[in-house]
Amino acid sequence: MNENLQHWYPVASSNDLPLRHVYQGQLWGRELAVWRADDGFVNVWENRCLHRGVRLSIGLNEGRELRCLYHGWRYANRTAGCTYIPAHPADAPARTICNNTYHAIEAHGLVWSSVEPMGDFAVPEALEGQETLALRPIPVKAAPELALKHAATYRFSADGSAANDTSVEAKEGGYVLLSADGAQMMLFVQPIDADRSVLRGVLINPTEDHLALLRYHNSGLSALRDVIESDAAKLPTPAAIEVSFSKVDADLAAMPERAKSGPKAELRVTVAQKWLASDGVMGFRLESLNEQLPTVQPGAHIDVHMPNGMSRQYSLTNGPGEQDHYTIGVKLEPKSRGGSECMHNAVQTGDVLAISAPRANFPLRRDATQTVLVAGGIGITPMLAMAQTLKAQNLPFQLHYFAQSEAHLSFRPILDDLGENLITHLGLSPDETGVALRNALASYDYAHHLYICGPGPMLEATRKIAGDQGWPEEAVHFEYFKNVNTIDDSSSFEVALARSALTLHVPAGKSILDVLQENGIETPSSCEQGACGTCLATVIEGEPDHQDVYLSDSEKASNSKILTCVSRSKSKRLVLDI
Amino acid sequence: MLDLNCKDSVILNQWHPLSSLEEINKGVVHKTRLLDASISYGIDDEGTLSTWLSNDHLKAGQPYNAAAITDPLPVKHAHGYLWTCLGEPPETLFSFSEFYESDRRNVPTGVFGVHVSAGRAVENFLDMGHFPFVHTGILGEEPHTEVKEYDVEVSETRDEVVATQCQFYQPQAALASKEGAMVDYIYRVPHVNCALLYKSSPTDESRNDVIYLFLQPMGQEQIRAHTGMCVVDDMNSHEDIRYFQQTIFGQDKPILENQYPKRLPLDPRAETPIRADKTAIAFRRWLSRKGLTYGVIPVEA
Repeated sequence: MNENLQHWYPVASSNDLPLRHVYQGQLWGRELAVWRADDGFVNVWENRCLHRGVRLSIGLNEGRELRCLYHGWRYANRTAGCTYIPAHPADAPARTICNNTYHAIEAHGLVWSSVEPMGDFAVPEALEGQETLALRPIPVKAAPELALKHAATYRFSADGSAANDTSVEAKEGGYVLLSADGAQMMLFVQPIDADRSVLRGVLINPTEDHLALLRYHNSGLSALRDVIESDAAKLPTPAAIEVSFSKVDADLAAMPERAKSGPKAELRVTVAQKWLASDGVMGFRLESLNEQLPTVQPGAHIDVHMPNGMSRQYSLTNGPGEQDHYTIGVKLEPKSRGGSECMHNAVQTGDVLAISAPRANFPLRRDATQTVLVAGGIGITPMLAMAQTLKAQNLPFQLHYFAQSEAHLSFRPILDDLGENLITHLGLSPDETGVALRNALASYDYAHHLYICGPGPMLEATRKIAGDQGWPEEAVHFEYFKNVNTIDDSSSFEVALARSALTLHVPAGKSILDVLQENGIETPSSCEQGACGTCLATVIEGEPDHQDVYLSDSEKASNSKILTCVSRSKSKRLVLDI
Repeated sequence: MLDLNCKDSVILNQWHPLSSLEEINKGVVHKTRLLDASISYGIDDEGTLSTWLSNDHLKAGQPYNAAAITDPLPVKHAHGYLWTCLGEPPETLFSFSEFYESDRRNVPTGVFGVHVSAGRAVENFLDMGHFPFVHTGILGEEPHTEVKEYDVEVSETRDEVVATQCQFYQPQAALASKEGAMVDYIYRVPHVNCALLYKSSPTDESRNDVIYLFLQPMGQEQIRAHTGMCVVDDMNSHEDIRYFQQTIFGQDKPILENQYPKRLPLDPRAETPIRADKTAIAFRRWLSRKGLTYGVIPVEA
């Protein structure tokens, strides 16, 4: 273990990061892509896209996401998680595809990072609470240790006159504190590689004429560079640092079909804000207690485990790159079985909740020439995430939002930003809704896509109208709140698991999922009522008895997929790819 | 055995392209690099070709005299190129029958020096997913970004990687086409450093245009890419065809030179493939099975 790797070093100046730029930095031989998102967050990432190794520093900073120049993969601000793979527009990328990141702290006009930090970043004591001015960085072709040795010989004066006697204090971790007649500066050495460094000076409580100071020190430090380099030229050039690249997850070596983890509440969040988002709908802003929240993809939902022991699924309204929180909207159901009632009344700001990582079972294609989003009531929540994504990428779309009245429109600030893309339909009768839908869906064309989320009857009506007006099934995507079908679990049958080499008996009264979990087979699940699609499995043989509302009619007819939480088997035996 | 820096017999025992035959000035000594070694070559008026490890007696630019070469290397002229070998030469070179069809136009479209490994450049040639982002408006265009399912196999008999049923939307599929269409492709990798692409000819749908990439590994991270087209096209001039292909390669070059690491990692866990990368996955496995170490990062034992 090289202990130098544990120190924090400045790797960029704040003014290296203008709007929408990606800066290429380096620390101990490791290349860095440094970029500031529109929300001000500074990202320091390993400078290679995990797909094919292309430098991310030549990528595009789109404000919320960084886009790789080679294949257009998008990576979210803060998490570096991949949110979109254009080559497979219908799939949500595996949540765990994530570029390697380094810690980043911005302070005193510099961005600080560390390869393997031992502890949290602490501002050097002499800078704490002081006015500072970061100088122009001076690259030096010399080993970091040599540069540091010479840094201690830098002489300056407070007023730009001839250099005065300077007292020198060397500090652990690659910098020196220099004082000359009352003026103080810190001189840091950023190790680029074994034979290259950057001198980064920070003046403490500088006098007012910054330009004069910058010029004075620029010429002083440039002269110092010449001295260091002539000294370095006498020594043999050290070999460049060999950088090893960490391997990607074994799961990712082959393109994974779907994450295989059980129903977990692996995250802890605090309710940072709770507010009335519209008549009857409560908004919740959830923030992580300590760790970075996993990457959000548009259309994703989370399980929220409530204080009363229940768990419910809620779609995230987050726009692209909003990774410092999750926002959900909860409608108070008059016939609440305890879920929405508990969220509205029992859960308070400051409470801690257990939630699952987001699941992207309702993915958004971004290769459509026109996208139509249809939301009914609280069905607006996943549509807000989708609409913000399409808007950020300048893709053509319309959001049709059906609600009882103006007062029932949730999340007004987000809606207001959508401008002309938003079309609201207020207080319509079922017949009037049908007319509005027929108009909205009048013109289907190649590469148009429709996304629907809302109450069951409205969703059914929209699907039917779309079908009648020529929308092919593969262009119509939907998400039900819940499965209102009565589940018939009276059958009994055998399930053979091809990959696990197990045959299990599913008795009446139990679901396939129950039996799998009882037998220790890890199967992801979430809503457990056939609505969310998390427990989807591939059918190799046999005829499923579909009882879910997740699969489309043709997917059901193909008998190649099954939702194990509610669907059963018509044949005596079902072979699953588990 | 020659005394060479390169010790990898897998790469030494291959034919390597040095130059298009059309583009060699006769009667003069030429010099280039291959596998970290300096190589000289020349052709005289009778068409006698030689290659040899460079020496001080016959410097580049001096008159070429075939009789003065004391230690010639093996040579082959095939598919319009001069090939040589620094190890045991294989008996045959891969087939490229279209090149010899009488009504074809064979157009060498340029040689490009690229600071990258040969494997990275071959992979780029096999890749469709980058068309909308790197060759925007020419070979692809957003939002038509989907790479549809296709087939890949490693042909045991011919020892080559073949990808078929490939399809991609192109706004201008070739110089002679005016509007967007789904275009069919077949890719062949019949040699560790050479790849060919077949796509339906815009002027005659029953036939394929062929684009080839023959790489000369100068070092592990430095190549010369010999490119060319073998087309059924009586509309465009040589110059137009060259210009088209040079535009395409000019767009790929900065991407290739920004791949990091420069050598092709063969460990399946080094990078993150997706279904669209099936050909690349098969190519990496094929190289791994051959035991190639030059210009790649082999899988750790």
